[in-house]
Amino acid sequence: MSDDHDDSPIAARVRELEAVLEEKGLLDPRELDQVLEAFAHRASPANGFRVAARAWVDPGYKARLLENANEALPELGLSMGGGLQVQRLHVVENTEDVHNVIVCTLCSCYPLSLLGPSPTWYKSPAYRSRVVSHPREVLEQFGLTLPETTRIEVWDANAESRYMVLPRRPEGTEDLTEAELAARVTRNGLIGTAAV
Amino acid sequence: MSERYRTGDRVRTSTVDPDHHTRLPHYARGRRGTVIGHDGVHPLADLSARGIQQPQQVYLVRFSARELFGHGDHSVTLSLWEDYLSDE
Repeated sequence: MSDDHDDSPIAARVRELEAVLEEKGLLDPRELDQVLEAFAHRASPANGFRVAARAWVDPGYKARLLENANEALPELGLSMGGGLQVQRLHVVENTEDVHNVIVCTLCSCYPLSLLGPSPTWYKSPAYRSRVVSHPREVLEQFGLTLPETTRIEVWDANAESRYMVLPRRPEGTEDLTEAELAARVTRNGLIGTAAV
Repeated sequence: MSERYRTGDRVRTSTVDPDHHTRLPHYARGRRGTVIGHDGVHPLADLSARGIQQPQQVYLVRFSARELFGHGDHSVTLSLWEDYLSDE
């Protein structure tokens, strides 16, 4: 477990490796910065907002997204790769009966390319340990009170897969355009710690 | 890649608390759950952390909160390598 990766042994090893590669002329530091900057630039919650809005307006897209998210993302010009290792994505749908919430109990795994950098609380030991054992109470702390009849499903991104929640479409939005709907989606809505 | 479990199968997780890296969280050890799907074939994390690449089937396994924590009415789903699982 590590909350601050900069202090971890692996971060120190990466820095040493980077220095050696630069010293031997195998790596141009500007090249590495460009790759990282490009990834950080593309990794934005606006991507996740677009995915949710498309799923709300297009039932066919929603079905494909829930069936195989990695195949549905390219339809919007998105992927779970972003120059780095491609990760498997599961999109889990909130309904009247089921509310989904995501966590990584072992570290802080997160669908970075769709949601941007994760919020600090997502990486906190308090969230990671409490949301698996007492999700209803944790969601209430976020201001989300669910009916007793709504079943909560917690998804622990403990291994290779990443998760994103598809929130319920807000009521009274039948006349909104896809772009207007995307503007209604929130990051916490895609994590499952808020309704939209 | 042969798959030992199918969707709907009941499984039990390992009780072993290894001294090396693992992706089986403590709270899910020695617990009974249901396979709800396959989650690809990936190198077993316990071995790849030591430089050994051994791809293996990963399963999505759902547990009731009551089974994991003794209380609660929710469920928790994890991705678990075949090595972590045995028949219920």
